[in-house]
Amino acid sequence: MAILEVKGVNKRFGGLQALGDVNLTVAENSVHAIIGPNGAGKSTLLNCLVGKLVPDTGSVMFDGQSVLGRKPHEINQMGISRVFQTPEIFGDLSVLENVMIPCFAKRDGAFRMHAIESVGAEKELAAKAMQMLEDVSMAEKHDMHAASLSRGDKRRLEMAMCLVQDPRLLLLDEPTAGMARADTNNTIDLLKEIRDKRDITMAIIEHDMHVVFSLAERITVLAQGTPLVEDTPENIKGHPKVREAYLGEAQV
Amino acid sequence: MLGLTKKDGTLFIAVVLLTVLAPFILNPFPENSAMAQFNAGYPDLMQRFVIFGIFAMGFNILFGLTGYLSFGHAAFLGVGSYATVWMYKLLSYNVLPGLVLAIIVSGLFALLIGYISLRRSGIYFSILTLAFAEMSYRIAFSDLLGRFVGTTITNGETGLQVYSNDPQILLGQNGIEATHFFGFEMGASRILEMAGWSFTFNFGFYFCAVIFMAMFYMTIRIFRSPFGLMLRSVKSNQQRMNYTGVNSKPYTLAAFVISGMYAGLAGGLLAAMDPLAGGERMFWTESGAVVLMTILGGAGTLLGPILGAGFIKYFENIFSKINDNVLHSWFAFLPDGMENFMVTIIHPFVGKGWHLTLGVLFMLIVIFLPGGLVEGGQRIGRLFGRKKSEAEPKPGAIKPAE
Repeated sequence: MAILEVKGVNKRFGGLQALGDVNLTVAENSVHAIIGPNGAGKSTLLNCLVGKLVPDTGSVMFDGQSVLGRKPHEINQMGISRVFQTPEIFGDLSVLENVMIPCFAKRDGAFRMHAIESVGAEKELAAKAMQMLEDVSMAEKHDMHAASLSRGDKRRLEMAMCLVQDPRLLLLDEPTAGMARADTNNTIDLLKEIRDKRDITMAIIEHDMHVVFSLAERITVLAQGTPLVEDTPENIKGHPKVREAYLGEAQV
Repeated sequence: MLGLTKKDGTLFIAVVLLTVLAPFILNPFPENSAMAQFNAGYPDLMQRFVIFGIFAMGFNILFGLTGYLSFGHAAFLGVGSYATVWMYKLLSYNVLPGLVLAIIVSGLFALLIGYISLRRSGIYFSILTLAFAEMSYRIAFSDLLGRFVGTTITNGETGLQVYSNDPQILLGQNGIEATHFFGFEMGASRILEMAGWSFTFNFGFYFCAVIFMAMFYMTIRIFRSPFGLMLRSVKSNQQRMNYTGVNSKPYTLAAFVISGMYAGLAGGLLAAMDPLAGGERMFWTESGAVVLMTILGGAGTLLGPILGAGFIKYFENIFSKINDNVLHSWFAFLPDGMENFMVTIIHPFVGKGWHLTLGVLFMLIVIFLPGGLVEGGQRIGRLFGRKKSEAEPKPGAIKPAE
């Protein structure tokens, strides 16, 4: 069953056609990768899914409901979480507080005036957040200032912040960009574990083919704002059109 | 205790004790000594300490937690004062209805200004609030609203005050002609003479102090609540917040309204101590002062804004009183030429020049203690803490192998 359906999406920035008639279907509980050379429109497409951009035409349906015109926090409340290219965390807060905020958002909705209750009394949520940190093996760092974490730990923390909300769809924007090989492999292991243990759909935008081929079940290749092919990793590997898009015609 | 953690409870009790004992603590020098002019334990100044403490505390909820720097909070201070004086004019000199109205009106006013200003962030938000406060100041000073209604609202440059022909429907035949709280007059004082010292216990001060302590308690609760956590995350990363499913707008608006209500209450209390309200209370220097208080003391900390408010009000009232005569008496022991030289050097920094001293101190604190006075206190505490732990190593502590 399809959880995310993108139909005929166009997005134009002045003279630049960033997305041209994009159709994309992501099946529930699958890992779907979107790859493509620089400037192919991957990030634009992602921003259309999370409410940062509104496409000029077309529709984006999540679980049968349109996400177009909704604000980012409303889309998150529908069950879509997003991991950024550079980890976006609350640097001034402690690691545990970082994970508790999404817990509050999940339980209390987009706004609640809970000014008299104490955070310290929320034992249940704190336990849930601690368990999540345990799952990404960061429990012993729960007291640390989030800004002082290493890059890899920041990525783990951001992942924990998204996962603690039990999202139905997790969007990852180049989750291993700028990482060392060891960190990349750790991230792959973490994502594999998430994929195998949870009922979750993941859509990954990625440059690193190693990451894509170790995780994805379906791959869409985007070039110049249009989907070129969509297939299984095995078929994509040797696809002539993909080589052409990545290496240019002269090479063929 | 009272739903606070042990650390917050200790802090709260410390602040309560300091406030209750303020008439003693602020009067360390005997009445007739040369240092007596540095005493701050007289009612008028003590009232200002706690009232501006409330003002800065409320401002800190907005600026310290969410990072939104409002440059127009004096508008709410002024609105609170006007609302309170209007209750004197219409009902009686009992301060209670006035204070309640001050909180309500300033809250509504903050809702209006906040709703518009919070559409922008950063410097644009600051400029918008500043513009609104200047507009309010001009409107109050020219009594523009009054011209539409047909009766005076702010009484223009004279300032709003109670006249003998005002209705005052609850005053009765022999009502009290001074601000009071169910018969207890704000101006009532008892003086305790003790071996050269003189301590003044003023009802007005203790009335403000009780409200101050209640507001401080509320501030601690807000700081430690999920709501407070959300406000801190607005400051930290608003983008992540929105993508985490939290709508940051109502949180910032709520913080703006709450801090506006604190300011309105402070303005109401100013009018409760002295039944006057003038447009100058909305002037931009007042808005600037509360920003200084908060940063000087330590933005985002519980104690900082209170310390900052005390610090600035002390300077404003004590340093400004040191004139050339006082300086001459200080340096009288020097030869004439030297005496005049010293007086000339120090003159620009005291008396009317107290702003200069304050400015220099502000610069020094912001450069060397970015966390304000609270950070200074923490550093001193750490210094002593380290010395202690170095001097007496814990028994049974194992030295790491080298």
